[in-house]
Amino acid sequence: MTSAKHAPDAFSKGKTPTFEVSARESLADHQLRRNLGKATKTIRGKRAEAVGEMPDWEELREAGRALKERTMRHLDHYLVELEESVKRAGGHVHWARDGEEANRIIAEIARSHEAREVVKVKSIATDETRLNEHLESEGIEAVETDLAELIIQLAGETSSHILVPAIHKNRAEIRTLFMRELGLDDLSDEPEALTEAARLYLRKKFLGAKVGVSGANFAVAETGTVCVVESEGNGRMCTTLPPVLVTLMGIEKLIPEWRDFEVFMQTLPRSSTAERMNPYTSFWTGVSPESGDGPEEFHLVLLDNGRTDVLADEIGRQSLNCIRCSACLNVCPVYERTGGHAYNSVYPGPIGAILTPQLVGIGKPGPDSLPYASSLCGACYDVCPVKINIPEVLIHLRGKVVRNHQDNDGLKGKLDPENVAMQVMAKTFSDRRLYEAAQRLALIGQWPLARSGTIHRLPGKLSGWTATRDLKALPKETFRQWWKTRKNRSGS
Amino acid sequence: MSAREEILGRIRRSLRDVPSGESPEDVAVERGYRKKDEAPHEEIVDRFAEHVAEYRATVHRVGEDELPAAIERALRERGVGRLVVPADLPEGWVPEGVEVLRDGADGHRLTNGELDRSDGVLTGCSLGISQTGTIVLDAGEAQGRRALTLLPDYHLCVVREDQVVGLVPEAIERLGETVRTEGRAVTFVSGPSATSDIELIRVEGVHGPRTLEVLISG
Repeated sequence: MTSAKHAPDAFSKGKTPTFEVSARESLADHQLRRNLGKATKTIRGKRAEAVGEMPDWEELREAGRALKERTMRHLDHYLVELEESVKRAGGHVHWARDGEEANRIIAEIARSHEAREVVKVKSIATDETRLNEHLESEGIEAVETDLAELIIQLAGETSSHILVPAIHKNRAEIRTLFMRELGLDDLSDEPEALTEAARLYLRKKFLGAKVGVSGANFAVAETGTVCVVESEGNGRMCTTLPPVLVTLMGIEKLIPEWRDFEVFMQTLPRSSTAERMNPYTSFWTGVSPESGDGPEEFHLVLLDNGRTDVLADEIGRQSLNCIRCSACLNVCPVYERTGGHAYNSVYPGPIGAILTPQLVGIGKPGPDSLPYASSLCGACYDVCPVKINIPEVLIHLRGKVVRNHQDNDGLKGKLDPENVAMQVMAKTFSDRRLYEAAQRLALIGQWPLARSGTIHRLPGKLSGWTATRDLKALPKETFRQWWKTRKNRSGS
Repeated sequence: MSAREEILGRIRRSLRDVPSGESPEDVAVERGYRKKDEAPHEEIVDRFAEHVAEYRATVHRVGEDELPAAIERALRERGVGRLVVPADLPEGWVPEGVEVLRDGADGHRLTNGELDRSDGVLTGCSLGISQTGTIVLDAGEAQGRRALTLLPDYHLCVVREDQVVGLVPEAIERLGETVRTEGRAVTFVSGPSATSDIELIRVEGVHGPRTLEVLISG
């Protein structure tokens, strides 16, 4: 098997390019754009249908939002409750400050069971901590069992979509890959045949594995129940068959009570795969060795890795409500054209644009560019099943990025024309006299730039504003002037 | 300081804006969504059958007294020779002429290999959810442990009409008791396993039983 190339992303040590640079590369890949366009359009349509069936969709969204808000505002309380519940049910709980600590804990568990191989069900948290790389360095092979994850693992690539990570590959590419990597002499490129090849290959892995590794969609503080929502059955395999199960979950993934599934089990499947319900959902509560049902040993690893920093920001906090449905990716006009790789993060799309810079911290050029990867159209907010106001957080983060520049770039940052302009604007907008004077000045100032009602290019350092769009030239009369004269006219 | 103490400390510092007197219940949660399907039960069962079938599972409606014959027919048509059943499957359900692998019989738990080599599994269920066409297994009566309904390639599942509820909240409420008191594992099955990972073309049957057949008995 080829070893993954591990392209640097926001969570690895290497520096990542900005969105602008990466997007240019993605946009030049016509195959990628065709695959993406087809995929996102299909899911968008199906989702609208699945949601349209629900007369109480808005009430469910609101309940989901409120439940997550309750969880975040009392996260310490609920985490302690979760820990007690899991232990009561016979499980072990570990806490990891960062990705490295989580990886060490998981590797140690695998080593203590002399496992040379672990079977994994798709988990973005383990992508974030780069668990596979770490296990590999300790001589333990991590076998991805989700079909798409297997495809990209065999290809040595990284995911480009939360839900369908191999959305950028077509059947012919997958056929060639499987024949080479699984050592098959002949294989059709029909999706059925490709799926069957993966089933046979992975069945042996499932039956032989000593340790399974999973992520978690939800964990219930009240009961200690952990939940994995999936389609293929590899999640059931990984969480049921190996004698040892390790689940890595971000500390934000918990929900207060069992009852709360009545909300999330309605909103997640419809938002995610656009189905009434996904094929398989597993809920387990600790272990029950005497019944022979499921693993004998269960470990839950609770991961911080920047989440407590996100929590500290009162506006950014709502980003932690995310239940990873990926609806916001599919409706995003930017994602639809650039795909996931341009974000250089395990969390792509609109949610990635707000989660990534907050998790890794403001001040890195790659992640700092992500809040700008949006036209602020708001479609992501409309579809979000927990009502995360993504545009609001995007704007808030843009402010943070700019302020960070001001604070750290010294005089150069303070004199940056965009900065100066924003500062002057803030002052001007807050004073009516200044505002009206500025409007008059602008009308005079624009004459060298405007051509037949449009400004195509701004000079010098402001050229960034017009590099990819034209500005409408200012009209001869401002709204305020028009209103005043209109009032006078009608008053006379 | 342990990681646990450090993370909890970070959380408390991050939540300084939350008033110290605020309790979780002070954060209002408006549960304004539907809790119960008020339609006649007949209609709820009809919709359950429709929704299960839409996942490309095979669905049959049978009278209670026709159940054994329906089971026998389904197994014969599928060509099942070696049939896995949970220890407490009702006696009358098992047809003659089929080799029965009863889990836990004579103290022998079937191995994963035996389950893998079988031709299919026959179980009951805990609940059916009409809204979503979901079959709920909770390791209760006539269901067995999770591996039984996972490794065989064919799952024949009996759902009694009185086990069908309307909406997801009704199912979650009914399951709460066993989860809280016994901590039993719960599995939602909505059609056979499926993937849309290759060009978003849906392929039924990846890892679980590739064929799901449901008998709704009234």
